Amino acid sequence: MNPLAEKYLRKEALPTIFCPGCGHGSVLNATIRMIDKIGIEDFLFVSGIGCSSWLPVFIKADVIHSLHGRSIAVATGLKLARPEKKIVVFNGDGDCLAIGGNHLIHAARRNLDITVVTLNNYIYGMTGGQMSPGTPTGGKTKTSPYGNNEKPFDAVTLAIGAGATFVARETAASPVKITKTLTKAVAHNGFSFVEVMSQCPTQAGRNIFGKAAPSDLFNILKENAVSKKGAELTSSQFRTGVLHHDEKKTAFRTVNELLKTEA
Amino acid sequence: MNMQTRPKAIVIQGNQACVEGALLAGCTFFAGYPITPATEVAEVMAEKMPNTNAVFIQMEDELASMNALIGASWGGAKAMTATSGPGYSLMQEAIGYAAITETPCVIINVMRGGPSTGQPTMTSQQDVYQAKYGSHGDYEPIVLVPSSAQEALDLTIRAFNLSEKYLVPVSVLTDEVVGHTRERVVIPDAPDVYNRIAPPEGIDYKPFKGVDELGGVPYRGGFGEGHNICVDGQTHDGIGMRIGHLMEPSGNLVKRIMDKINNNIDDISDYELKCTEDAEVIVLSYGSTARVALRSVIDAREKGIKAGLIKLKTLFPFPDEMIREETNKAVRILVPECNAGKICNEVQRVVNIEVESLPKFGGAMHVPAEILSAIERS
Repeated sequence: MNPLAEKYLRKEALPTIFCPGCGHGSVLNATIRMIDKIGIEDFLFVSGIGCSSWLPVFIKADVIHSLHGRSIAVATGLKLARPEKKIVVFNGDGDCLAIGGNHLIHAARRNLDITVVTLNNYIYGMTGGQMSPGTPTGGKTKTSPYGNNEKPFDAVTLAIGAGATFVARETAASPVKITKTLTKAVAHNGFSFVEVMSQCPTQAGRNIFGKAAPSDLFNILKENAVSKKGAELTSSQFRTGVLHHDEKKTAFRTVNELLKTEA
Repeated sequence: MNMQTRPKAIVIQGNQACVEGALLAGCTFFAGYPITPATEVAEVMAEKMPNTNAVFIQMEDELASMNALIGASWGGAKAMTATSGPGYSLMQEAIGYAAITETPCVIINVMRGGPSTGQPTMTSQQDVYQAKYGSHGDYEPIVLVPSSAQEALDLTIRAFNLSEKYLVPVSVLTDEVVGHTRERVVIPDAPDVYNRIAPPEGIDYKPFKGVDELGGVPYRGGFGEGHNICVDGQTHDGIGMRIGHLMEPSGNLVKRIMDKINNNIDDISDYELKCTEDAEVIVLSYGSTARVALRSVIDAREKGIKAGLIKLKTLFPFPDEMIREETNKAVRILVPECNAGKICNEVQRVVNIEVESLPKFGGAMHVPAEILSAIERS
């Protein structure tokens, strides 16, 4: 076993529930490399329900694997009880942008000092491949058999609009970049949001992209990821990298802290 | 001068009494969302908590509030929220999560008329089944029912203590009348406070394994202190690993979280008896209705009728044995309540004579003459 895996993975939880070729494994790998740089004792993890939300369960750390959509709300309570800890939330496009969308925008509005990592695999994977707010228009899924008649959310724009002060996007095809970006995100004082576009060979690959080979999906992610600032985007492309970073805006403070500052 | 022995008494409404009780019990976290007729709990919390180093936050909705309690509770806080019917409905999924993950937390539900938006400013006792059965699946919550501002304070303290002892979500069902009636409340100096039992040093800590010496309740605490705790709403083993695909161990977990409550009913149960020893007609009541029922029973006694009152302060777990014993000589049992007759069904389940329901609809309360006339009817 890789020494980092030996050190940080929860062996009793293995093997992971991820399908072969799933991008989430790369994100787990990249996350562990970030943790190794900072120190695992600084972290507490929270997740919701879905493929994405199993990720922190495989990390040897304190984890709340909470309800579908509610990870950010749970993380809010946890952060207020344990302000000294870095709280990292893992959730998915369905979990964070559909059922949990309200908590995302309000945690961003508060500029609460937590990090949310949303693994966007374009689909509800665990329930067998239904359309999500991450599914592209026209994408065929089990609940959009004639093609998705809705538009997907641009999660990054949503987070920026709601008040998040560190917003980034990466893809599972570039794990080194994920590690770097996550390191910046957890160091940021305020609400940090990182969307990671991730390949799902089992559901999104077969149904939306017509390709089940992880390597093909990997290439699609690479082709669509545009890190060059100001570059024109095609309809399937998205910007990657740190897209918004505001260090001036004050992070959420409790009334207790405000009163102490005034006194 | 003998001032120090005199208890501190103030005139406050039931909603404020819940706050006083919570703070005495050591509440350090409140998350809530405004809703009539419970809003004063959040308002008074917002004012008082920062001065006690406790954290108040107004969340975006009741789903968020209840889930924030779960995060805070695992973070080591004693956590509470307050709401009314519609908000209580939204909290139910997370109450189930708190039940299966054995997360202590307290929920005040100031009952109003339902269903749905119903009657926001009027009293009811319509949520008693929701408090017991509101979340999906098998679990055993604890439900307390104060009938006055004093009991709102006392039972909120008790709710925290029971929650910490049995690691279970505890609901305090007050109602609009209890919540908004201003009356004299004695503030206890230093009430008994129970805190969750931390794992002793050096043991192989399994946060989801029942401990025999604790009545089947696990040790609790140590989140963020190197125990690598995995809290999971799926059925799980002693260390939190998922076992949803395994029938027997999953069944054993669900049985244990129910048994730890059902095997300790004598400890959890709380009730008052008035003239039940020789009573032929027993009135069983709870919450604000019990105050009316007490008047009716006293009036009946003055008329020479052998009437008695059982007033429940713990509604669930339901005290089957106590009710069976206290009513075994009764000829009639009456259950007045501000709903369609819900707890009447529970009483009927445990006794052999036909229980008479005195339901009440529309936000009204019973008047003493009404229950008295039912007692007199034979």
